[in-house]
Amino acid sequence: MPEKLLEVKHLKKYFNQGKPDMVKAIDDVTFDIYQGETLGLVGESGCGKSTTGRTIIRLYEATDGQVLYRGQDIHKIKSKKALKELNKKIQMIFQDPYASLNPRMKVADIIAEGIDIHGIAKSNKERMDRVYELLETVGLNREHANRFPHEFSGGQRQRIGIARALAVNPEFIIADEPISALDVSIQAQVVNLLKRLQKEHGLTYLFIAHDLSMVKYISDRIGVMYFGKLVELAPSDELYKNPMHPYTRSLLSSIPLPDPDAERNRKRIRYDPKSHQYMEEDQLKMREVRPGHFVYCSEKEFNQYQQNIE
Amino acid sequence: MEKILDVKNLEINFHTQSGTVHAVRGVDFYLNKGETLAIVGESGSGKSVTAQAIMKLLPTPPAEIVKGQIILDGEDIVPMTDKQMQNVRGNKVSMIFQDPMTSLNPTMKIGFQIAELIMKNQKVTKQEARVNTIKLLKMVGIPNPAERYGQYPHQFSGGMRQRVMIAIALAAKPKLLIADEPTTALDVTIQAQILELMKNLKQTLETSIIFITHDLGVVANMADRVAVMYAGQIIETGTVDEIFYDPRHPYTWGLLSSMPSLDYRGAELHAIPGSPPDLTMPPKGDGFAPRSSYAMQIDLEEEPPVFQVSETHFVKSWLLHPNAPKVDPPKAVLLRKRTLPGTFEKPVLVGGEI
Amino acid sequence: MATHTPDQGKFVFVSHNLEQAEKIEKKSIGFWGEAWYRFRQNKLAIFGIVLLLIIIGFAIFAPMFSQYNYAKNDLMNTNQPPSSQHWFGTDDLGRDVFVRNWIGARISITIGVVAALIDIVIGVIWGGIAGLKGGKTDEILMRIADILYGIPNLLVVILLMVVFSSDKGSDLLTMIIAMSITGWINMARIVRGQVIQLKNQEFVLASRTLGAGFNRILFKHLIPNTMGPILVTLTLTIPTAIFTEAFLSFLGLGLTPPLASWGTMANEGLPAMEYYPWRLFPPAIFICITMFAFNVIGDGLRDALDPRTRK
Repeated sequence: MPEKLLEVKHLKKYFNQGKPDMVKAIDDVTFDIYQGETLGLVGESGCGKSTTGRTIIRLYEATDGQVLYRGQDIHKIKSKKALKELNKKIQMIFQDPYASLNPRMKVADIIAEGIDIHGIAKSNKERMDRVYELLETVGLNREHANRFPHEFSGGQRQRIGIARALAVNPEFIIADEPISALDVSIQAQVVNLLKRLQKEHGLTYLFIAHDLSMVKYISDRIGVMYFGKLVELAPSDELYKNPMHPYTRSLLSSIPLPDPDAERNRKRIRYDPKSHQYMEEDQLKMREVRPGHFVYCSEKEFNQYQQNIE
Repeated sequence: MEKILDVKNLEINFHTQSGTVHAVRGVDFYLNKGETLAIVGESGSGKSVTAQAIMKLLPTPPAEIVKGQIILDGEDIVPMTDKQMQNVRGNKVSMIFQDPMTSLNPTMKIGFQIAELIMKNQKVTKQEARVNTIKLLKMVGIPNPAERYGQYPHQFSGGMRQRVMIAIALAAKPKLLIADEPTTALDVTIQAQILELMKNLKQTLETSIIFITHDLGVVANMADRVAVMYAGQIIETGTVDEIFYDPRHPYTWGLLSSMPSLDYRGAELHAIPGSPPDLTMPPKGDGFAPRSSYAMQIDLEEEPPVFQVSETHFVKSWLLHPNAPKVDPPKAVLLRKRTLPGTFEKPVLVGGEI
Repeated sequence: MATHTPDQGKFVFVSHNLEQAEKIEKKSIGFWGEAWYRFRQNKLAIFGIVLLLIIIGFAIFAPMFSQYNYAKNDLMNTNQPPSSQHWFGTDDLGRDVFVRNWIGARISITIGVVAALIDIVIGVIWGGIAGLKGGKTDEILMRIADILYGIPNLLVVILLMVVFSSDKGSDLLTMIIAMSITGWINMARIVRGQVIQLKNQEFVLASRTLGAGFNRILFKHLIPNTMGPILVTLTLTIPTAIFTEAFLSFLGLGLTPPLASWGTMANEGLPAMEYYPWRLFPPAIFICITMFAFNVIGDGLRDALDPRTRK
């Protein structure tokens, strides 16, 4: 049984707390990520998946709850030194290939930034060797090191971003919609690269995206978020075969398939939050309906789901 | 079948500081009345430029329609002046874009923006225009249309704005609607709603649609026929069944095998390596050859001719030449492959027309 | 369209070179190279540069090659109209107006440029820190700037001048400091605005996740990406400084004679305008030309550097 690398416990992130325009971006979310796995996080705009990623890496401070990395509470770390160590362990890949690279910096400097900050290289030669190595790892050429971001295509820029994250030898990478802004045929390139790197370097991923098909392909387990809450969490195949939460089922039924016959027969299920008919006294929490398959529901619904399986 | 649009041999260049970009390099396609044609391609394929050319929205300079004809409802619009085009746009052809915010004036109430257009186009009174606008808003599925009439764009969600944009585009009941990636930026459930709306409207208003997208699921959902664009040319075109169940061009194969679907059981995604070519130096032979695992020597030297595989299915590739070796498409494509009725026994050479 | 049947030998598979697939054909130009290209297209801006170069050229070389000294009095030849000996005539102390005009150029332009540079440095650091730190720091810094901005500019400058000058006039340093006193506020606001916009961009977030500290983010990421507006503001602040100096000189608060700036020359030339116009017109005209040149250059820079119209 692989160990838990990351534990998110009752995480809350509220923006504009106390004001009339308060947004509960993350509203009591709990999940674990195991060493070596890829956990996918899906949902539509406003569900809080990006905020979750950024709060885990401490780009945002949590309003409440804990994020434990190898047992250590990330948000309680005060010392700069300890924070720097953490920066090396957890890295992030961003969504927008055009905004995630400093347009005034050469590619070599962009990739080497982590190396420079942490003093990983002892000489300029060592630094450049590492940069060339990283460029080749992500499928680019050595001569690209002296160029500027605007000379590259979207897919190539994403790969530069991946090289930058790898430069500090992280253990855990949060990929925040890394392929959403890329062309279709390029998405597969980047996803394949991520998979290969995971195998070669023993990486653990949190893969945040809204394209359920791609998330299913790359993830071992998937969490579905809806308005700040995690509504379902299950292994990928299981989620697709037996979706239980009505939102998940609606989401899955809305995705068009690249198959005209299937499309002619597909019936979309609509989701109405009121259909749950929750009462005041209903206790809503994540319950394990099947081994490894959790659904956010009331006791009544839980019994219902269990019955449906039999 | 009556043709509402016939594009012949279209070539468009862009003059930029880094050189002349040959964005559209000889494109031919047509649209029948009542049909939905999907144009599939990635960035740099020329699909958006082609669409904007049909509306003559390209700023000239830097764009230049080097040659070709765009015959819309019987008239060639290429030589038309901007004044003449003003009567065409909105009335005969209209367009909706990926980002509705750029077409909506943020300082004007939504209802007024639509009513103004109606008044201009149909010479009706302000009252009548308002009534028609509210009807339109209702038709595109906006709840409480009378109330929403007086609201501003920022008070609408992304999906709602897209509906408003559709309402504006259809206000003058154009015969052709061009939709340039209208749902790419929308959530999946909203996208599903918008696509359903478009299909309904197409039926009620008898509009023909050109739908530009890179999402093959959306294509399978919406299209009657499909044209696949790469590097400024159409490399394959056919009915939606032909493209998905009997594709013949390596790029189409690449697209189909690089997209995981929910029911995908394959081991690895087949990514197309490399990036699309730089069109300031257009490739000599087959534009896709440098990235194709099926590339032959001739692909690097001469541009492929067009072969016809059925009444509706055309492919621009040397692989269909009688001298070419027999190849199998990748596994993901083979899994779905079937022989469709109407397929010729042997591909027929047809030359430059597609 | 193929009207011939190609050789059978051509239908053999070729293996593709993946490195070739990733190659970028175009030469690497860089941000400034592209900006320069765009700038070059702006005829007016180029005209401005040419004008400026001519004026600077004269400012440097004209006094060097002239037989006359700007401070030397020649009481035999006062108020002479322009002639082949004195191209711009002489003033009331017999000094050659032509040479004085170019000495004036040196001083006016120097004051303008140095004052603007000081403004830039103070403004960038002030606005950068306020924008990046945000919160209370931002509030305090910008409130101070607002208050200073509210005090009538000229009043502050005049007060300073009065305190630090003698009744003959002021020296160069005092002038420069006086010029820079409130000019930095505009720059600070612009930089702060840019920084606030940029600090939430993903490349800055990425830097934070890599462990970058405040200084690195401000000086390596934010300010280099603000160079466009900084440069434009710099170019447009210079003419303001030149004009302000001229204006102060007009009020009699200018430089100690025999130092001459265009402003002091204009000030001296004004009362004699009716009879000896050649004493007023050269400095006045050249102030205008120089301001015009800097303004069109600034506009040209703004267009050339605008990221929105770049690819």
